Amino acid sequence: MPEASVPVYRKNFRPVRWLGRNWAVLFLLLELAAFGLFGTNFFSPENLQNILVACLPVLLLAMGETFVIITGGIDLSIGFVMGFATVICAKFMLLLQAAGLPPGASIPLAALICLAIGLIPGLINGTLVARLKVPPFLATFGLYGIAYGFSEIISKNTPISGLPPIAGQIGNEYFFYIVPGKAVSFLVKPQDLIPEQMRSMISVLPILVVIFFVFVAIFAFMLKRTRFGQHTYAIGGNMDAAVRSGINVPAHLTWIYVISAFFASLSGVMFVLKYVTGRADAGSARMLDSVVAVVIGGASLYGGTGTVKGTIIGALIIATLETGMVNLLIPSHNRYIAIGVILVLAVLIDQFFPELVGRGE
Amino acid sequence: MRNRGAAAKVLTFIGERWAVLFLLLLLAGFGLLERNFFTIKNFSNILYYATVYALLAAGETFVIITGGIDLSVGFVMGFTGVSSAIIMRDMHAAGRPEAACLLVGAVVGLTLGVIPGLINGLLVARLRVPPFIATLGTYGVANGMALYLSNGFPITFLPPRVQKIGNSFLAYFLPGKGFTFFHRPVGLQSKELRSLIGIVPGTVLVTAVVLLVFAFLLNRTRFGQHTYAIGGSKDAAIRSGINVPSHLLRIYILSSLFAAIAGVLYVFRSGIGNFTTMSASYELFAVAAVVIGGASLMGGKGGLGGTLIGILILMTLENGLNIAGIPAFYRYIATGLILIAAVVIDQFTPERKAGGA
Amino acid sequence: MAEPMLQVRQLTKRFGGLTAVDRVDLEVYPGEVVGLLGDNGAGKSTLIKMVSGVYHPDGGQIFFQGREIRLGSPIDALELGIETLYQDLALAENLNVYANIFLGRERTKPFLGFIQVLDHASMHEESKKVLKRLEIEIPSLQSHIKTLSGGQRQAVAIGRSIYWNARLLILDEPTAALGVQEQRKVLDLVRVLRSQNIPIIVISHQLFDIFSVTDRLVIMRRGKKVAERLTKDTTPDEVVGLIIGSEEVEL
Repeated sequence: MPEASVPVYRKNFRPVRWLGRNWAVLFLLLELAAFGLFGTNFFSPENLQNILVACLPVLLLAMGETFVIITGGIDLSIGFVMGFATVICAKFMLLLQAAGLPPGASIPLAALICLAIGLIPGLINGTLVARLKVPPFLATFGLYGIAYGFSEIISKNTPISGLPPIAGQIGNEYFFYIVPGKAVSFLVKPQDLIPEQMRSMISVLPILVVIFFVFVAIFAFMLKRTRFGQHTYAIGGNMDAAVRSGINVPAHLTWIYVISAFFASLSGVMFVLKYVTGRADAGSARMLDSVVAVVIGGASLYGGTGTVKGTIIGALIIATLETGMVNLLIPSHNRYIAIGVILVLAVLIDQFFPELVGRGE
Repeated sequence: MRNRGAAAKVLTFIGERWAVLFLLLLLAGFGLLERNFFTIKNFSNILYYATVYALLAAGETFVIITGGIDLSVGFVMGFTGVSSAIIMRDMHAAGRPEAACLLVGAVVGLTLGVIPGLINGLLVARLRVPPFIATLGTYGVANGMALYLSNGFPITFLPPRVQKIGNSFLAYFLPGKGFTFFHRPVGLQSKELRSLIGIVPGTVLVTAVVLLVFAFLLNRTRFGQHTYAIGGSKDAAIRSGINVPSHLLRIYILSSLFAAIAGVLYVFRSGIGNFTTMSASYELFAVAAVVIGGASLMGGKGGLGGTLIGILILMTLENGLNIAGIPAFYRYIATGLILIAAVVIDQFTPERKAGGA
Repeated sequence: MAEPMLQVRQLTKRFGGLTAVDRVDLEVYPGEVVGLLGDNGAGKSTLIKMVSGVYHPDGGQIFFQGREIRLGSPIDALELGIETLYQDLALAENLNVYANIFLGRERTKPFLGFIQVLDHASMHEESKKVLKRLEIEIPSLQSHIKTLSGGQRQAVAIGRSIYWNARLLILDEPTAALGVQEQRKVLDLVRVLRSQNIPIIVISHQLFDIFSVTDRLVIMRRGKKVAERLTKDTTPDEVVGLIIGSEEVEL
């Protein structure tokens, strides 16, 4: 367990404690302020909503990872399960379309099938970890390779295309469009606008954000307020105690990994809707980000702590960084450096204020 | 006490040596199924491609024995590869003598490669950051640096000697004529060139030497003993007076150094400097090899011999699948499966006899 | 004499080649406190873990209230009313006091008609009551276990075991981490529970505690039961002798 090495009197100093507990939010605000200052139009409604959309892939992956990390485990397969999901979802969309189904049916159906199939890696992970006592790191690491292999094979290493364009519409459009002074239209862009009106049009509430935030909210509720959530924390806190208190730990852990795979698949469906394609490496860059988001959010890799709220802030920090960098025209490979640094900072802060972080309840 | 029975004894025997047995099985299987498998050229190939992975896995072995993990190895390799390639290219363009370009490039690459290890070590040993996170952080940073330096493109226009050296052999055998050492025989006709057999690629030799040296270090010196001790029980190690933070620092530097050697070797072999792609998953193979070789992620177990067998299994598999015409991505599946199998089998067998070293 | 609450017959447990518990017979009657003694490795903890459902016996039978029981998991034992206080307390450090007392059996209330949500308020209330009954001082029941002292943690663990109206209580080294004051409180508690007719098995190395609360002693050595004595008929010296084996086996 991490030891506190800062002298006691300094730690108990009120402002320091407050800082330690809320540093993530402060950092986010700082980021927003900095980009707002140096960027162009950073605070426009478009851009702010872009941040929300940008944080979705990481957030969804990080949601599943949050549950897993709280139990003291880790899921390294999510990146490639996500890729696997995009490939399956895209393939089924094509199949159903070819079978003659209208997009209104083929898209949701493909999504459902993809989510269902996406549970399988979770089951495998869960069984390996919970019943065969394979360390989570290795089990999910192994599965990561397996998932990647399968997705590459199914997609034959090329991105899948030819999907119904409506998918892209869902993925890229908004709930409301407001043309100041003229009209508010729902779900569909207003037609027959003169260029001037088009420029002043404000889009509100990206559809993707609404749909997927619902899932986030549901699971956040589950983690915080139900027995299932409580048991998740208990297992992470002291697995023996959980076992002896009668909690069915193997079953519970299996559920946890299924949830993680579920969110990875969800993220895959989201990817297909946004980019109208399926590719095996869709999630490969995201694994790092999602773990960072969870750790920034206050979870400890030893388990027992972490919240969805924290994870959301972590995801927002990363998304703000990305969006801001695009805004400032900074080349994208710097993001890796930045995120790596933030990750280490997050953990260092946790080291120095161990008892302040970890808002388990 | 009940009699364990012959069946149980056989299972235990297999369980304790399963990696070697599996390797033999693979060799036999592929040899039977594919015509071209059992040729010197093919085995040469296997060893040739295995060098880079072997180096990464060797460094990883040390780290894993101490109970840690280093996820940054793949990207440190890319980073050092890119850096040394840039130096070589720029010096060459500036007209410096080839030998100097190569030497300086290699040295700079190796030196730069130590830095991520230093950072990892400080984070893990002094700042008590969990190794997983620390190396995840440097992985990102190293990748970012590599991309930044290379702008996403492979570095080319290196001095031509680079590839010559990287692809040279220890000895050459011309059937009917004889051996030469280190240099290709001069004045060969094209027909003779084709039947020229290279024995022991230079890169393999270098790798083998490095591995032997460090195997010695791990098995026969105090340093190695302390490495196992820290993995077995960090507390006990501390209380026995071992300077654990400083030792861990050296371990992570070592791992980075191995990755740096791999990176420079790669440049010599391929003649270009390239950043590591996200999906290349070098760390997957490195860790898998170490675990297959008998190490436990908890630390305290494992060895370079076992890791080597792990690498050979993975490389043989890839080679065999390749020859059999099976798409390369099956190797990911296979690696994942073997990794998981490794852990499960180890649950049931009391003590693994790691392959020798 | 009334029927025993708990009876184990020829109970056996092996780990690989090691027989940790070797054909042990034991009865516990309502209203009595039985002390289970033995040196390290004698098999005491393993024996009670079979009674609490953590381990599956390799041989023998367990009878509870006259009926044979098969415990598939700890929850089965808990449902029968067999509560165990473990040596390592089995508390989750990252959860607070009342969460631990209700661990695994959390109270819920309906939300929006169909979802069962944690009922923090009632768990808090009930925990307060039980800790008050034990006269245990813990300033805030919402503090995480991590922040409590050894004695307070022990108190929480004891609170948990008695809250659930145990029909049989097993205490494994209950006074281990405690100061003198607190040790006395625990012993008083044991006497109170005995007066409520609840049978208790106490494992302890502290002979003073054993001699002050138990009615009967069972001594184990290397997995076997080697002796049984009424507490009032024996002395600490004899007991020590039986534990380390300097006296002849006698049942």
